[in-house]
Amino acid sequence: MSLDTQIDTLRSDLSAAIAAAADEAALDTVRVSALGKKGSVSALLASLGAMAPEERKSAGPAINGLKVEIAGLVDAKSNELKAAALDARLRAETLDVTLPVQPAPTARGRIHPISQTIDEITAIFSDMGFSIAEGPDIETDYLNFTALNFPEGHPAREMHDTFFMKPGPDGVKKVLRTHTSPVQMRVMQKTNEKPAAAYLTPAMDPPIRVVMPGRTYRNDSDQTHTPMFHQVEGLVIDKSSHIGQLRWVLEEFLKAYFEVPNVTLRFRPSFFPFTEPSMEVDVQCDRSGSEVKIGEGSDWLEILGCGMVHPNVIANAGLDPEIYQGFAWGMGLDRIAMLKYGMPDLRAFFDADQRWLDHYGFRPLDLPTLFGGLSS
Amino acid sequence: MKFTLDWLKQHLDTDASATEIATTLTLIGLELEGMEDQGKAFSSFVTAHIVSAEQHPNADKLRVCKVDAGTGELIDVVCGAPNARTGLKSVFAAPGTYIPGKDMTIGKGNIRGQVSNGMLCSDAELELSDNHDGIIELPADAPIGVPYDQYAGIGGVVFDISITPNRGDATGVYGIARDLAAYGLGTLKATDMSPVPSRGPSPILPLPQQFSADEPKTIRRFGGRYIKGVRNGPSPAWLQQRLRAVGLRPINAIVDITNLVSLGWGRPLHAYDADKIVGQPVLRNARNEAFEALDNKVYTLDETMTVIADDLGPLCLGGIMGGVRSGVTEATTNVFMECASWDPDLVARTGRKTGIVSDARYRLERHVDPALTDPGLELATRLVLELCGGEPMEPAISGDDIYPNTVVDFPLSEVKRLTGLDVEPMIITAILTRLGFELTAKGDSFTVKVPSWRPDVTLKADLVEEVMRMVGVDNIPVEPLARLSHVAPRMLTTIQNRRRIARRALASRGLDEAVTWSFISHDEATRFGGGQESLQLANAIAADMTDMRPSLLPGLLAAARRNANRGIDDLGLFEVGQVFLSASPEGQHTYASGIRTGTARLTGAGRHWSGKADKVGVFDAKADLAAALDALGIDIDKVQILAEPAPWSHPGRGGRIALGPRITLGWFGELHPAMAAELDIDFPVAAFEIDLDAIPEPRQKATRTKPALALSSLMPLTRDFAFVVDASVTAATILRAARGADKALIKDVTIFDVFEGAHLGEGRKSVAIAVTIQPSDKTLTDEDIDRISAAIVAAVTKSTGGVLRA
Repeated sequence: MSLDTQIDTLRSDLSAAIAAAADEAALDTVRVSALGKKGSVSALLASLGAMAPEERKSAGPAINGLKVEIAGLVDAKSNELKAAALDARLRAETLDVTLPVQPAPTARGRIHPISQTIDEITAIFSDMGFSIAEGPDIETDYLNFTALNFPEGHPAREMHDTFFMKPGPDGVKKVLRTHTSPVQMRVMQKTNEKPAAAYLTPAMDPPIRVVMPGRTYRNDSDQTHTPMFHQVEGLVIDKSSHIGQLRWVLEEFLKAYFEVPNVTLRFRPSFFPFTEPSMEVDVQCDRSGSEVKIGEGSDWLEILGCGMVHPNVIANAGLDPEIYQGFAWGMGLDRIAMLKYGMPDLRAFFDADQRWLDHYGFRPLDLPTLFGGLSS
Repeated sequence: MKFTLDWLKQHLDTDASATEIATTLTLIGLELEGMEDQGKAFSSFVTAHIVSAEQHPNADKLRVCKVDAGTGELIDVVCGAPNARTGLKSVFAAPGTYIPGKDMTIGKGNIRGQVSNGMLCSDAELELSDNHDGIIELPADAPIGVPYDQYAGIGGVVFDISITPNRGDATGVYGIARDLAAYGLGTLKATDMSPVPSRGPSPILPLPQQFSADEPKTIRRFGGRYIKGVRNGPSPAWLQQRLRAVGLRPINAIVDITNLVSLGWGRPLHAYDADKIVGQPVLRNARNEAFEALDNKVYTLDETMTVIADDLGPLCLGGIMGGVRSGVTEATTNVFMECASWDPDLVARTGRKTGIVSDARYRLERHVDPALTDPGLELATRLVLELCGGEPMEPAISGDDIYPNTVVDFPLSEVKRLTGLDVEPMIITAILTRLGFELTAKGDSFTVKVPSWRPDVTLKADLVEEVMRMVGVDNIPVEPLARLSHVAPRMLTTIQNRRRIARRALASRGLDEAVTWSFISHDEATRFGGGQESLQLANAIAADMTDMRPSLLPGLLAAARRNANRGIDDLGLFEVGQVFLSASPEGQHTYASGIRTGTARLTGAGRHWSGKADKVGVFDAKADLAAALDALGIDIDKVQILAEPAPWSHPGRGGRIALGPRITLGWFGELHPAMAAELDIDFPVAAFEIDLDAIPEPRQKATRTKPALALSSLMPLTRDFAFVVDASVTAATILRAARGADKALIKDVTIFDVFEGAHLGEGRKSVAIAVTIQPSDKTLTDEDIDRISAAIVAAVTKSTGGVLRA
């Protein structure tokens, strides 16, 4: 058999064997049988030594070529087998990616609309330069009424449906505050005393610009009244603030809060003991549909009360009403939340029905800011 | 308060339309609550003539009528009224007309074989009165085919306005007219209140006011007038219609007159049947005595209330309501008419005490013009004479009215100062003058005398309001409120920020924020450490809302129970809100508290393909608490976690978080099974409470420069140790001891295994810790590491009495 024939036969046999190898082990057997120390190609290479130089000159490259070729084929086959094995493993590892994952905690927890609304109001009024002030829920009769110019026995006191506390050891007549207005007095009153607790806003010197959100209580319960509710109140005291600026503050606030380009307000003269002149404010809206749309339509909706702080109140705070003046306004927090977000029933606010909280609540990181928009 | 357009026009000469009046009322502070045209309901009824009325062939009680309603043809109508007769003029409703008294719309029909195309109507069917004895009988000369509201002059526009408590003067139509006239909507018409001549001395003498000096006295001036020989009976149609239009029931002429004067001029009256008064009546304070008022209820009076009394006892509760015993009936022939002036506060107090709501109280507690007491009596007398005849005797008057006679110095610049609006001085003075104020110029200012009907006006600001409501708030120019020149350092206080952060942090852990009532039941309050008397409401609205809450947990647990009743067993709830530890301001703290129920764990709840969630436990609550504290800037590793459970907690599965010996930051634990049973809770609950007010104020600003960061280039190394200790030894003890073994090099200690087993011995457990050692400036030698390890073992065994596990 000539060398050429020998090489051809070997090539075709080994090629076939490599191609037929089913796995890495079979391939390795083929590789050893050809290229191993005792392999067929190695044997052929070894035979070079016995050849005449002339013969070797032509046979050497031919045999070496075969060796390189077979090694190449083995490598290629090896890569092919590895890829196939990986492929098979990955196929076996396939998961049903449509299986639902456990929802992230942030996707389950919700912020109550009252807290969200307080944060929204805080964002807006902070931008106008107001800080947030607070007082206690259990308030003295004096700060809730008398200091705010509610004379004893006046029908206006009656209208408040006050919850009274049973007498305590200090003998001071106390009520559950019927409005957030006593905080006005706490902020305004001239005193050198440090507040009794850290949450109590210390008294300030004018100019004063504060907003006071908080829980309030009245002995009243029906479809639209709950014995506990929330108010937010604002106060400006300086030497020149007047109703024209009050109108501006309210218009700007309502535009920002309801996120509408325009609001039309109607100011009606009214009566509150702690303001003079006093006004109630209606906002123009459309009530024809199922939701109230602020900033359009031809209906009016009463939304807040306001006025110039009564001279008696300024005087009760220890300031001279001939020098200091200012305005105040107050509104129902729950009510404006209901108007903006469409909750139909106030009572549901305090029921903690998980279905309601999940539906009307806000995502934990939906933090109202002016730079990011009140609601994202 | 309701009044009709027609009534208003009695006092106001105006061409203004009802709509214009309605708009103006709201603009000047008399808020319109409603307006309806009551005539509209009657406009589809027409006057008609019964041309013939014949017996119905198939029904004894029915008649078949041919009716001329001015349509040009005769209409067949079957009518059941006994007075339906040929030639009668009555009121006809064509098919399609709504019949208010029957709440139905009449159609074309066939009644027992006879065609009937409409209906002849009674007063009751039109809801004009309760009379349903027969169809309306109109005079023979009545025109035919005229809408009935036009013919009868009934109905018309009714306004309903709300009156603020300061505006007693607007509780009468006359006062409303005065305001509208001041606005420029017409001219006020005066009422004749001149004295009516008397026919002789009064059989009832002026009422003695029998009060001792120290007694509260509601009465000021009492005017009475004896009118002899009246013929009482139903009042005329115009008066009945007027009262009905505003929702009052006509009773008899005398009583209707008292209502007319009360609503028309805001001047309440009371009429007594003089023949039922026994002896000379007096004014005195009530004793503890019973009184049957005109509302047919019996009230027990006390000495703070003033009564008009005769020899038999109280006749009338002063300023509030008359009594049944001396009430005026159609049989009354001698009337004693009262027009009195009362102390508004004392009327209000009596009203509150008795709970009687009357038109008289409504007006008198808002202050009635004292200048109307005597003229009001004359007006009432004149009306009685007009409607019922009789002979007026001399007025019987005692006591004195109180006139505030307020005078205010009013620089007109006040208007600009408070409103920002420039108003011409002439306009200001004109408005105030039309409202009844008397102005006298005094230098740059004015002296303003307040009219007797406006006791609410005492200050410059009150006068500004009067001007403002007539000029219109809408005319005040809007002016931006400039920001203060300095930028406020911060808008929220520390505690306000803490609440915000706590809310968002807890919601981020899958808890829903609840807002629950500040008051809970006494039983719940007591269980959670509250319930003291000073935190109880004197007038709670419900039995389960009596005590201010000492903890947020009762509210959250009640919410969990409600949710469980709706089938929601896996619930995560929290609240950030006030609790009340005492009734003083410092007793109010803000807590952030939460609960998890069922299997509502951080990693998921209920059954899931990846694994079923375990029921919630103490460590779920502890993790929530730690996360919230971390968000608030408190490192959980830097506080003390003590095995001192809260009273509401499982005694072995709860703890307290403290900062030093004095500050408790919060509690966590599983709900005590006994407590759960008492609260009717049959599912697992893990809960925590954080006292946000207990967290100390940060000593430094949060934005301070942070200490330099020292990063070691040396690899940290970890060594594990296992100790066998008594089962009562807490993990915290072991961790604290190990950490303290070498504070410079030990960076972290974690527990990676805890187990108990028989081979460890009864009451023993094994705790395995991993200690991370961070070399700082040089690689540690084996000797160094051995030394640290020995220190760790020594520290732990010393503090726990345990041994290193072999």
